[in-house]
Amino acid sequence: MLTFIVRRLIMTIAILFIVSLIVFTIMHMLPGDPVAIMLGDQASVEEIERLRTELGLDKPLPVQYADWLLNVLQGDLGRSISYNEDVGQLVRDRLPISFHIGLSAFVLAIVLGIPAGIIAAVKRGGWLDSLITVTANLGMAVPVFWLGILGVYLFSLKLGWLPVQGYTSPFEDLGQSFRQTVMPVVLLSLGALATLARQTRSSMLEVIRQDYIRTARAKGVKENRVIMKHALRNALIPIITILGMGLASLVGGSVFIEQVFNIPGMGRLMVQSIFGKDYVVVQSVVLIVASVVALGNLAVDIAYGLIDPRIRLGK
Amino acid sequence: MTTPSAADAASMFELPPQTSSVRRFLRVFLARKIVIAGLSVLTLMVLMAIFAPLLAPHDPYGQDLSMSLKQPSAEYWLGTDMLGRDVLSRIIYGSRVSLIVGLVAVLIAGAIGMTIGLLSGFFGGWVDTVLMRVMDAMIAIPMIVLAMALGAILGGGIVNVIVALGIAIVPAYARLMRGQVLSVKQSDYVMAGVVTGVGNVRNMLVHVLPNCLSPLIVLLTMNLGMAILAEAGLSFLGLGIAPPGASWGSMVNDGYRYLLSNPVLSLAPGVAILIVVLAFNVVGDALRDALDPRLRGME
Repeated sequence: MLTFIVRRLIMTIAILFIVSLIVFTIMHMLPGDPVAIMLGDQASVEEIERLRTELGLDKPLPVQYADWLLNVLQGDLGRSISYNEDVGQLVRDRLPISFHIGLSAFVLAIVLGIPAGIIAAVKRGGWLDSLITVTANLGMAVPVFWLGILGVYLFSLKLGWLPVQGYTSPFEDLGQSFRQTVMPVVLLSLGALATLARQTRSSMLEVIRQDYIRTARAKGVKENRVIMKHALRNALIPIITILGMGLASLVGGSVFIEQVFNIPGMGRLMVQSIFGKDYVVVQSVVLIVASVVALGNLAVDIAYGLIDPRIRLGK
Repeated sequence: MTTPSAADAASMFELPPQTSSVRRFLRVFLARKIVIAGLSVLTLMVLMAIFAPLLAPHDPYGQDLSMSLKQPSAEYWLGTDMLGRDVLSRIIYGSRVSLIVGLVAVLIAGAIGMTIGLLSGFFGGWVDTVLMRVMDAMIAIPMIVLAMALGAILGGGIVNVIVALGIAIVPAYARLMRGQVLSVKQSDYVMAGVVTGVGNVRNMLVHVLPNCLSPLIVLLTMNLGMAILAEAGLSFLGLGIAPPGASWGSMVNDGYRYLLSNPVLSLAPGVAILIVVLAFNVVGDALRDALDPRLRGME
C-alpha cells in the first residue's frame, strides 16, 4: 500500500508541475503590459523599465518561470496590484472561507447523495425512485447561480428566514455563521449530490444483478446486509470516481455561490482579480485551486487502493 | 407421450424476426416519454433560434428608457429590463447564443480531444505519457476556472467564449478517446492492418477512429448541456457575452439588482437555461442507453 501511495504522490507532484507550467504560460499570454497596468497611465518609460527590471520581467521566460516557481515553493506568491497586499496573505484570509463552504457542501452531498442513490436502486421503479431520479436530473441541469438568486428571493426577501448575503466565521458567531452559510452550502452541494445519487443508483443496479448477490440472498443473508455489505462495497469504485470529479465541480460552483452571496472566498477573489487585471492573484488562485483538486484526487486514488486490493497491487 | 410434429419442430427452431440495428437503436432511444419531450424541447429551441427575428415581438437590442422595468403585460409578456428592452425577445435571441456556443465549443473540444486521444492511444510510449500528463494537469483545474482564466486572456465575446470553453472541455474527450483506442487497437482487424503494412495514419483513420466514435457521440451530446451552463455562468460573471448581446446568463445577472421589484427579469432566463440543459441531459442519457448496451436500463 505504501508503494502505491508513494507512486501516486509522485504522479501528483508531476501533475502539479505541469499545472504550474500551464498557469504560467496562460498568464504570460495576457494582452497588455502588466507593469504599465501596475503603474497606471501616468508612469514614464523609465519608471516602467525600472519596475520591469525589479520584478525580473526583463529576463528570458524560462528564467522567469524558474524564479516564480522557486518563490511559490517558498510560500511567496507575489504582491497584488489591486489589493496592494501579499497574495499569500490574501489567500490565507480567503482559503479557509472557501474550505468552510466547500467542505460542508461536499459532506452534505455524500451524506444525502449516496443513501438517495441506494434507496432509488433498491426501490427501482417505485415512486421514491422516480422522485429521486427526477430531482437528481433537475439538480444537474439547474444553474447554481440562478438557484442562488431564487433562494435569495424566496428565503431572504419573501420569507425573511435567512440573511441575503455575507459571511461570518463560525468561530466568531456560530448562529449567525450557520444562518449565512446554510443556503450557500445546500445550493452548492446540489450538483454534486445529484451526480452522486445518479451514479450510486446506477452502480448499485449493476451490482445487484450479479451472481454473488443472488447467492447471498439464496443463502438467506438479510436484505440490509446484502445491500450494505455485499452490493455497496462493490459499487463504491465508480461512486468514488464521481466524488473526485465532484470536488472539482464544487470548486467551480463555489465561484458562483461566492459571487451571489457576496462571500469573500477564493472564487470571488479570482473574479475580482480578473476584472482588476490583477494577474498575479489570478495565477496564484488558479494554482492553489488546482493543487486542492489534485490533492483531492490523490485522496480518491488512495481510497480506491483501500477499497479494492486489485488497484493497490496494480493488477 | 406425444412426439412433436414436423411443424412443431420447425417452429421450435424458428429464429425471432430480425430487427435492424437502427430500429433497435430507435426502440431503446425513444422508449421513454421524457426523451420525446426532451427532443421536442430541443427541436423547438432550434426553431426558435433560427426564426428568432420572426418570433421575437420586439427588437431585443432596442433601448427605450421610458419603458424601463415594465411589469409583464399583454404588450411585453415578460416585462422589460432596466434599459427598456423586451425580456421575451431577448430570451428568444439568447437561444442563438446558447446553441451556437454550446454546439461549437463542444465540437472544437471533441475535434481536438479526439485527435489527442487518438495519437496518445495509438502511438503509446512518450507521446502517450506527455499528452496524458498534460490532460491530467488540465483536469486538475476546474473547467469553469480554466475557462475564466482563458477568458481573461482572450476577452469577452462569443468567439472567445467558444474558444475558452472548447479548450477547457478538451481533456474529457482526449481521455475517453484514448481508452477507446487502447481497446480497439487490440482488435484483429487493426492488427491485420499492421501486419499487411497499412500505414499508421490510414490504420488510425480508417480502422481505429470509426470504431471509437459511439461513446464520443454520447459524450458530445451530454456535454452540450454542460457547455450551455458554463457559457451562462461565464456571462453571469461578466466574462462571457458582452453587452448588448443577449445571453441568458448575463440576463440573470442584470435582473439580480431588481429581484425584489421585478423578479421575472432574473428568473425567466434561468428557467430557459434549466429547460434546455435538462432536455440535453435527458436526450444524452437516452443516447447513451441506446448506444451502450452494457448501460441499458441502468438509469
